[in-house]
Amino acid sequence: MSTRLAKQGRLIDRSKQIEFTFNGKRMLGYAGDSLASALLANDQMMMGRSFKYHRPRGVVASGSEEPNALMQLGKGDRYEPNQRATTTELFSGLSAQSQNHWPSLEFDVLSINNKLSRFLTAGFYYKMFIHPRPLWKHLYEPIIRKSAGLGEAPDAELKDADSYEHFYFFADVVVVGGGVAGLQAAKSAALSGAKVLVLEQNNHWGGRAPVDGGSIDGDAPEAWIEKTLEELRGMANVTLRDRCMGSGVYDHGYVLGYERLTDHAPGQGGPRHRLWRIRAKQIVTATGAIERPLSFAGNDVPGVMLAASMRDYVVNWGVTPGQKVVVATNNDDAYRTALCLHEAGVEVVRVVDARDTGGGALMEAVREKGIRVELGRAIAKVKDGPRVTKVAICAQNGEGGAQEEIEADAVAMSGGWSPVVHLWSHCGGKLSWDKDHAFFRPDPARPPLGDTGVGFVIATGSSNGHLDLGAVLKDAAKAGAEAAEAAGFPAKSVSAAKGEAEAEAAMEPVWLMPAKADIKLRMKTWLDYQNDVKVSDVQLAAREGYESVEHTKRYTTLGMATDQGKLSNINGLAILADSLNSEIPQVGTTTFRPPYHPISMGAIGGEARGEIFQPVRKTPIYDWNDANGADWEPVGQWRRPFAYCRSGESRHDAVNREVKNTRENLGLLDASTLGKLIVKGPDAGKFLDMMYTNMMSNLKVGKCRYGLMCSENGFLMDDGVVARIDEDTWLCHTTTGGAESIHGWMEDWLQCEWWDWKVYVANVTEQYAQVAVVGPKARKVLEKINTLAGGGMDLSKEALPFMEWRDGKIGGFNARAYRISFSGELSYEIAVAASEGQAFWDALMAAGKEFNVMPYGTETLHILRAEKGFIMIGDETDGTVIPQDLNLNWALSKKKEDYLGKRAHLRSHMADPDRWKLVGLETVDGSVLPDGAYAKGNGINANGQQNVIGRVTSTYFSATLGRGIAMGLVKHGPKRMGEVIEFPGTDGKTYSAKIVDPVFYDKEGEKQNV
Amino acid sequence: MSNPVTATNGAQFTGIAMVEDAGLQGMITLRGDLTSKALKTAVKAATGAKVPEQGKISVVESGAAAWMSPDELLLLVPYGEAVAKTAELAKALEGEHALAANVSDARSFFRIAGEGAREVLAKISPVDFSPEVFTPGSFRRSRTAQVAAAVWLQEDGSFRIVCFRSVGAYMFGLLSNAAHPRSAVGVY
Repeated sequence: MSTRLAKQGRLIDRSKQIEFTFNGKRMLGYAGDSLASALLANDQMMMGRSFKYHRPRGVVASGSEEPNALMQLGKGDRYEPNQRATTTELFSGLSAQSQNHWPSLEFDVLSINNKLSRFLTAGFYYKMFIHPRPLWKHLYEPIIRKSAGLGEAPDAELKDADSYEHFYFFADVVVVGGGVAGLQAAKSAALSGAKVLVLEQNNHWGGRAPVDGGSIDGDAPEAWIEKTLEELRGMANVTLRDRCMGSGVYDHGYVLGYERLTDHAPGQGGPRHRLWRIRAKQIVTATGAIERPLSFAGNDVPGVMLAASMRDYVVNWGVTPGQKVVVATNNDDAYRTALCLHEAGVEVVRVVDARDTGGGALMEAVREKGIRVELGRAIAKVKDGPRVTKVAICAQNGEGGAQEEIEADAVAMSGGWSPVVHLWSHCGGKLSWDKDHAFFRPDPARPPLGDTGVGFVIATGSSNGHLDLGAVLKDAAKAGAEAAEAAGFPAKSVSAAKGEAEAEAAMEPVWLMPAKADIKLRMKTWLDYQNDVKVSDVQLAAREGYESVEHTKRYTTLGMATDQGKLSNINGLAILADSLNSEIPQVGTTTFRPPYHPISMGAIGGEARGEIFQPVRKTPIYDWNDANGADWEPVGQWRRPFAYCRSGESRHDAVNREVKNTRENLGLLDASTLGKLIVKGPDAGKFLDMMYTNMMSNLKVGKCRYGLMCSENGFLMDDGVVARIDEDTWLCHTTTGGAESIHGWMEDWLQCEWWDWKVYVANVTEQYAQVAVVGPKARKVLEKINTLAGGGMDLSKEALPFMEWRDGKIGGFNARAYRISFSGELSYEIAVAASEGQAFWDALMAAGKEFNVMPYGTETLHILRAEKGFIMIGDETDGTVIPQDLNLNWALSKKKEDYLGKRAHLRSHMADPDRWKLVGLETVDGSVLPDGAYAKGNGINANGQQNVIGRVTSTYFSATLGRGIAMGLVKHGPKRMGEVIEFPGTDGKTYSAKIVDPVFYDKEGEKQNV
Repeated sequence: MSNPVTATNGAQFTGIAMVEDAGLQGMITLRGDLTSKALKTAVKAATGAKVPEQGKISVVESGAAAWMSPDELLLLVPYGEAVAKTAELAKALEGEHALAANVSDARSFFRIAGEGAREVLAKISPVDFSPEVFTPGSFRRSRTAQVAAAVWLQEDGSFRIVCFRSVGAYMFGLLSNAAHPRSAVGVY
């Protein structure tokens, strides 16, 4: 059984007992435990079931490489699936559930898949479910989803209770990994004067060294680690962050750090995770190495663990996974586990060393303890079950016959080590194959390159392929100094700490145990635990012609699980290479992509949630609008009132009321969102003549002109009223959505094309609150305000004619008044300082009371303009429409030599008389045409679809006319006045509409010109 | 004349730093040739401040001038004088190719002070706010989360941040959130 030992456990505090639950069962652990160590201490060997075959699985590793022990943590709005027990710190009240089983962990119906494994081989889904197609959606997919998969998704209706944030940081040297290599590298870089940031994913420093032993500067590694941390903490140019994983390396020295602030103490307030967005001149990866499993049958039975991880549990947390342990290895390091277990009082029943020649001094030390060591031997299989009970031993160089069965309750395995090269590789660092150690290591000659073509990542320590403590420290001191130097800090001579560890004999690559294991064994020999990929699957893929490692990965799903194949990749490659009769370096690795380990979506989103999910742009009158019934409509990031609904009033009724009142009395529109660009300079007139299709340079000071803007491809992109302010200044109004883009468009032409033209543009959109005062009583209300508060602006027809503007005082307000109309009514658009916008609006509402003033929203704005046949950018245009389509030829200057779009308008397709053109549409029965409906033509096209001859671009109920009105683009439309055409709706009905003039109301324009 | 109001109307929040609406501030966008003598003289006359170096703001008692781009400055003057000063600048620069526009009301303006001020800003803006890099007089036009902003450091250690008025409430929410009392990073 797995249990807590009486002694050991350097990371736990036995005086602080912690209660937690696993699958509802109450358990006890200690402060400092990981969830995995606490579960083992409670003899909870089995921690989940596998993805595909639902086999019992236990914890196999002790860190972020763990493939099996995935948990559903927390409850309700703090629930999260797929969390590793090994990287979860224990806290009081923690609630964990194992996943991927039904109805329970101990008894699982779908473990029948295990018996069917013969049929569930690589590529099974591809082969089995491709036909018949319809069955996929209704039968196969639901069943597979139930059977395969990880934890349950959180409740879609709940919101994460926690908050998250980002943090931008800049450093000369970022060291990823706080083991002895990372600390040594940080120290040398810092002593050279560089600003250093050290990231450590765990809550403790020093990495494996305290567990693995040896000595540093003649002392225990722990002493050196403490001393070095002390030194680093005392240096102003060093920042140390634990619980902060370096998760990815990106172009130009960009590093992401994933800091887990409250996972170990949820609910204490403040952000849960912080995503560090770091710019570094140089990056040192000191990310260590990961032990590889051995490939033997039953290597996934709970109780089979990585040898060094088993050592971690004993030394760090005082937990032993078993009482009678078999150690299987192909290298010397696993002997450390045998010694460690022995010292802890655990019986090591056998060490099975696949090497005929065995190991060195460490092996001798084990033998001296009286532990039986067998050379050239292998594990033939571990008996299936919810935990290890029996282990069969055979010759390594055979097929697995002549087995000796021994009783054991745990197996420690070591297939050698793989440097963690992920961060080195994220941005293109290349690897070379080290034959002696049978692993890929960073090739220092081919690092990821920065913008100057020089490498910006240096791998060091075990992640650089050094497994000996002395070599690790030497390499790290050098790496730190080099990084500082490359970051511009001439290296001081920094001597490495002197590390000493037992010498190790050469390892021997063992990719299959026993070497010629028969098919029955290979089908129970797991490579990728999390995705249930076996040796036989990779071999099958090779037989079926998958030669590329990337293809094999996708076909078999090897390395595609949430652990991204940290344990399985090299073992899988080796099997593939062997099956292809090739060498491992020729087969190569799959691509290493960030993040190194899954990070939370919350951390990626950062602060963007709730009120600050997105900026909402608010006009100066926003709060008043909100308090007065505004039914909000998003317009870009702005919110504009669609209508002002009175209590008990529907949107439709509100709109009709606003339309009628504006036509008959007085309406106010908050038009502050319209873009306002000042264009000034000696060449401003020439510039605007290029920007607009019509002439702006000859506009007289004090006057306004409506203008159209086309893209260089001739398509209509924006419109608005331009006012000439003085000799070399114009003010251009844009659409609400066009303010920023047209500003950018102008700057683009001025900076990139006509850089020698003397023109400046300033976006003053938000300087002003702009109110459209519209209706027959518009002049009266303004004059009343003038009378009440002594404003001096003459607003009479004579003093301020249509399409002119004036500066002056209206009431107490400094204002600019434009006599422009988008409604066909007498209308003034008045701009005042934004800070006074609300006050101005209040004054209008108060003075307008006797004129029956009402605010109106964007829908009324649309209806008023549609009744007048005015086009709207975004309704009548969609990026494919040109001014000619809208009968706006009058706005295309013939006098000008050039303007943006002119050349494009000459192209044959643009000049085609068959282009659909703007007309008005009146339903025969007065109903409202569906928006976007297409007009039916004759016959069908080559694709068997109904031919169409036009479409509805704007459609409304006109309260003024008491019927539906619409505009649309129709083939030969203006020549077909009076014709009735048909619009099939999506509601099954067909609408008949007569083609009419698009101006429905006040065709002579008398109302606006009073 | 009515009382002009800011978008966030005196809002305040205190956490790891104090965040507050800094009130109405006269601001003038000035575009032109920053090396021209006429422009330098006009800036000095309007604000009392010199034309700043790239990435800097020059602050004096009566106003300030901040570097926005190779041909743009942001001038700070008392709110009540912004209209007149804009006209004065235009007059002084007559004949020069230049543009002066009063943008006082187009902006929201905040003050961030206290121990955590650098960290609050470093959470929302991709700028190196470390004390050795972002020194008093430093000025940056950048991004704060999803909106554009300009930020600088005063001699007294407090920061000022300017954004568009329409996103004033967003900015205040952003700054207050970043100043959560339990969110100190502990690096500055």
